[in-house]
Amino acid sequence: MTTTEQHINPKLVKVLESISDPEIPVLSIMDMGVVRSAVIENDIVKIEITPTYSGCPAMDVIGDDIKRAMQKAGYTAEVDLILHPAWTTDWITQRGRKALEDYGIAAPLDEEADKSVLLEGKQLVKCPQCGSTNTKMISQFGSTACKAQFQCNDCQEPFDYFKCLK
Amino acid sequence: MKNLYNYILGIADNSLILGQRLGELCGHGPSLETDIACTNMSLDLLGQVRSYYQYAAKIAGDGRTEDDIAMLRKEREYFNVLLVEQPNTDFGYTMARQFLFDVYHFLMLTELEKSTDLNLSAIAKKSIKEVSYHKRFSSDWIKRLGDGTEESHSRIQTAISDLWTYTDELFHQTEADKAMVAEGVGVDVTKLKDAYYEEVNAVLEEATLSVPESKYFQKGGKQGIHTEHMGYLLADLQYMQRTYPNMEW
Repeated sequence: MTTTEQHINPKLVKVLESISDPEIPVLSIMDMGVVRSAVIENDIVKIEITPTYSGCPAMDVIGDDIKRAMQKAGYTAEVDLILHPAWTTDWITQRGRKALEDYGIAAPLDEEADKSVLLEGKQLVKCPQCGSTNTKMISQFGSTACKAQFQCNDCQEPFDYFKCLK
Repeated sequence: MKNLYNYILGIADNSLILGQRLGELCGHGPSLETDIACTNMSLDLLGQVRSYYQYAAKIAGDGRTEDDIAMLRKEREYFNVLLVEQPNTDFGYTMARQFLFDVYHFLMLTELEKSTDLNLSAIAKKSIKEVSYHKRFSSDWIKRLGDGTEESHSRIQTAISDLWTYTDELFHQTEADKAMVAEGVGVDVTKLKDAYYEEVNAVLEEATLSVPESKYFQKGGKQGIHTEHMGYLLADLQYMQRTYPNMEW
């Protein structure tokens, strides 16, 4: 597991948890792990976020959402985009993974499992609808940069799998 | 600073132009999955490009933004290799171009991760995760088309043979390259050549394709001398900014 320290001022946690990922609304930006630091300096809230994928179009929206939510909470916020350390799916919290599954998106497995699923067709990804692991990959690229397309061989439902990124 | 600026553009322009080519397939891919895959890769590349151009704009320090750098240069001021500007003649060409670039891109980023320039190193670390997916996708298609039907085999072989002439340029050094290698910032691309052809040839072999034997290679892109296709591509890319100067959305 890659763990990197997050510096989040406890006073700001509630506000940040209220902001959701615009493309996966059940997931807060905190559960997504994109907020890397949030500190208060001279009455100004300074927040650093990191993109899941370089081209993630949600980042601009997330930045604006943060500023708006902070303003509502009585703070002026500055948002910076940082690239290092690069985001990994390990930063999605357990609560986030559960939210993904409930929403119908299979949560990322570990990197080794990902490789075997994507390369050799071993069946490890669990269908979020019926729970079967008898699933197949349809395409490595899905509805957003971070997902792959899968289908369940048992219930036939197509679903998104959140690709592992490390 | 001029060398660093030009060095960044050399890397970024490859991704911008390839991203533009892939983006042309939006709504025009041969199947829904490949259409989505090509536009996903395009999005990754354009995302990477933004990081490079933002950094370049900061270095230039003359008020130009990432958009100015991307949209408002003349053809001779783009330093991408000729390979990435080649058109989407058919899906075979699109995948051959992608594969021949991805193998290089992955090797280059692996080295750029070690750059003493922390910005470039961070962009490389971010990008390489995405590019490993691209390489897997394009390699799979080379094998699938090569080891597929008679028709797919012959078309992917034609595409590989046609584009082969643009591969050597990937390993040419510019003045900016040399200066940046000396400072520990840049990647010495000449050293990537053996590993590149070894990997490419192995995939071609598995795909039952023959390795082209051409001894003549095209060059010029890194000096801003492009093939005829580049002008048309830029006309498309720059249309909005040229027609409505300074427009924003």
